[in-house]
Amino acid sequence: MLGTFSRSDWLLLVIFSAVVLTLPWTLEPIGAAYPDLLQKFAIYGIFAVGFNILFGLTGYLSFGHAAFLGVGSYAAVWSFKLLTMNVLPALALSIAIAGVFALLIGYISLRRAGIYFSILTLAFAQMSYNLAYSVLTPITNGETGLQVRAIRKSAEVSLRDGDVRIIDQALGIPEVGVPITNLFGMKMSGYPGFYFCAVLLIVCFFIAMCISRSNFGMMLKAIKSNQNRLNYTGIHTRPYLIAAFVISGMYAGLAGSLLSITDPIAGAERMQWTASGEVVLMTILGGAGTLVGPVLGAGLIKYAEQKVSSWNEGILHGAFSFLPEPVQDFVVEFFSFFVGEGWHLTLGLMFMIIVIFLPGGVMEGFRRLRRAFANGASPPPRPVATTTPIAERD
Amino acid sequence: MDAIFLQILNGLDKGGAYALIALGLTLVFGTLGVVNFAHGALFMLGAFCAVTLNRLLNISFERVSETEKDFLGNPRVEKVPYIEQWFGPDLAGFLLDWSVPISILLTIVVMAVIGVAMERGLIKHFYKRPHADQILVTFGLAIVLQEIVRHYFGANPIPQPAPDIVAGAANVGSWLGLGDNVIYPWWRLVYFLFSALVIFAVFAFLQFTTFGMVVRAGMQDRETVGLLGINIQRRFTVVFGLAAVVAGVAGAMYTPILPPDYHMGMDFLVLSFVVVVVGGMGSLGGAVLAGFVLGILQSFASMNEIKSILPGIDQIIVYLVAVIVLLTRPRGLMGRRGVAEE
Repeated sequence: MLGTFSRSDWLLLVIFSAVVLTLPWTLEPIGAAYPDLLQKFAIYGIFAVGFNILFGLTGYLSFGHAAFLGVGSYAAVWSFKLLTMNVLPALALSIAIAGVFALLIGYISLRRAGIYFSILTLAFAQMSYNLAYSVLTPITNGETGLQVRAIRKSAEVSLRDGDVRIIDQALGIPEVGVPITNLFGMKMSGYPGFYFCAVLLIVCFFIAMCISRSNFGMMLKAIKSNQNRLNYTGIHTRPYLIAAFVISGMYAGLAGSLLSITDPIAGAERMQWTASGEVVLMTILGGAGTLVGPVLGAGLIKYAEQKVSSWNEGILHGAFSFLPEPVQDFVVEFFSFFVGEGWHLTLGLMFMIIVIFLPGGVMEGFRRLRRAFANGASPPPRPVATTTPIAERD
Repeated sequence: MDAIFLQILNGLDKGGAYALIALGLTLVFGTLGVVNFAHGALFMLGAFCAVTLNRLLNISFERVSETEKDFLGNPRVEKVPYIEQWFGPDLAGFLLDWSVPISILLTIVVMAVIGVAMERGLIKHFYKRPHADQILVTFGLAIVLQEIVRHYFGANPIPQPAPDIVAGAANVGSWLGLGDNVIYPWWRLVYFLFSALVIFAVFAFLQFTTFGMVVRAGMQDRETVGLLGINIQRRFTVVFGLAAVVAGVAGAMYTPILPPDYHMGMDFLVLSFVVVVVGGMGSLGGAVLAGFVLGILQSFASMNEIKSILPGIDQIIVYLVAVIVLLTRPRGLMGRRGVAEE
């Protein structure tokens, strides 16, 4: 598999790793270099990279991927409650459970394609969300959300309100109050937490790259461009699709697990379909089917969310203070529509603008720019995967 | 027996709302071939037309009362709606009381304009794009619409009154000789009848008018109709407007049952899509049938007797049915071969 990597692929991987690991310094000027946000960049980067394996390569639009994110978060918190505060078992458990869950849902949903597939996945995600809020409250703790607690005093206390942590207790690790997640003693909050997520992001990126360059990845891209033709050649596409679905579900599970690791509370709202919509947006904003695009999209959205939703009229007045008073008031009035509480409006508009004008996402934009500058000198552009299937050439 | 009958009644009004939204979705899909994720937002906009009308009618000025005093002995300052001053208390009281049914008139105008503007401004450019793009762009539009509504109306549900005469409950049981246990809110009966009427009107429009005939022909074979020299595009735009109006009036009339808030559209949209898929993509009759069937199933599933056997079934029944139907009858209950197979 690695033999198919060209030199530029290795270069891309090295540059990607370097960029990710130096984010705490390079993002300083735009005010995004604090651990909380950096962790989110890395985590949602993983989520989007995984989603892209399904949507970008095969063109199957799943509208229920947040379900796997939620399942992963719950599994991780349960691992903290029952086994140990060490993050490795939590990761393993989350990925495994999300994988099984994805296999189950994928096996059924992938019987259908196109819009039916989207609606089936949406239905399953809504089902999980509704169940998490109602009958599954013994597992999910309903609206309060599942949290890590102190060791319970007696067996009568329900597991939701008091933990057991068998492994930690057997090893005699002392606990004061509610403990923090750790990797063999290294606390997983702040910058160590970010670097942990970042390393995992790089690993995930590498795996996604391997998949994209492998025969398996080629098959997935073939499914996107013309599934009928594959069927006529006698290739059964479903196993490939299921494999892609499960892999991307496991990525989502990993992302969910990391969300719990950096902030050990899991709530059902992570499974809601707006969350599924968000990861779709990240992927298409960056560029579906490209390697770097989804990570870029995730970063842009999380950054915009953090910044735009924290702006208020005061900040706007500051920003437009160079304008004369009446004009300034008007401009501030107009922009206050889009900031703070109105962040979702900005998100929706971004969604529309990207789909209408730039279906290939930011990466497509870069490509167009490069083409415009290198006018005529460059070889004709390679066909790239976008949300539109590539036209047949006979 | 009584309980079962009551649950069927309970399902009818919700089923009516599902059927109306699903009808519009199916019309748009069948004519324009567009998957419209913003259709739930149109339902929500209709509901807020009712809210807006109610607010407009309630615009008041303050007047010092001539007769009444407040507890300090000063003349009481009372609020008087302008319409009361213009039309006298009788007509004004009538207008306020009947604001929800009257708002249908406003809703029809507003939604027709919004629908046509949406089709000409946005949807038109997405005919040839893949379904994934259509889903994404209309999803974005739905977010935009609901955020605009939230900006002006806030995030809290705004209850709307039903007219006094139908505000109480009807003793349905005694009409049918089922005993006095079957009582049911009047307004929900009204809603069911209303939805049946609208559905009937839409079907009659498509079945018995020349315009409807052309539209049906266009759904079958758009190209041939175009070759016959008919501007099918313009008619499809009208159909989109019609779908928007249907969703809008469904929302406006639903306000006394469920106080509208800005995200009600999304909640209904997900369910309505399930309804469309269960009914069969592109089948109008299927959408209506599935709407009522799923509405009734949902109300049965929320009976305590059933919940005690299968806990949580009320939360997932609709999705569960959808999964089963899609896997056993891939085209839905009444879907036809060749329509939106993939």
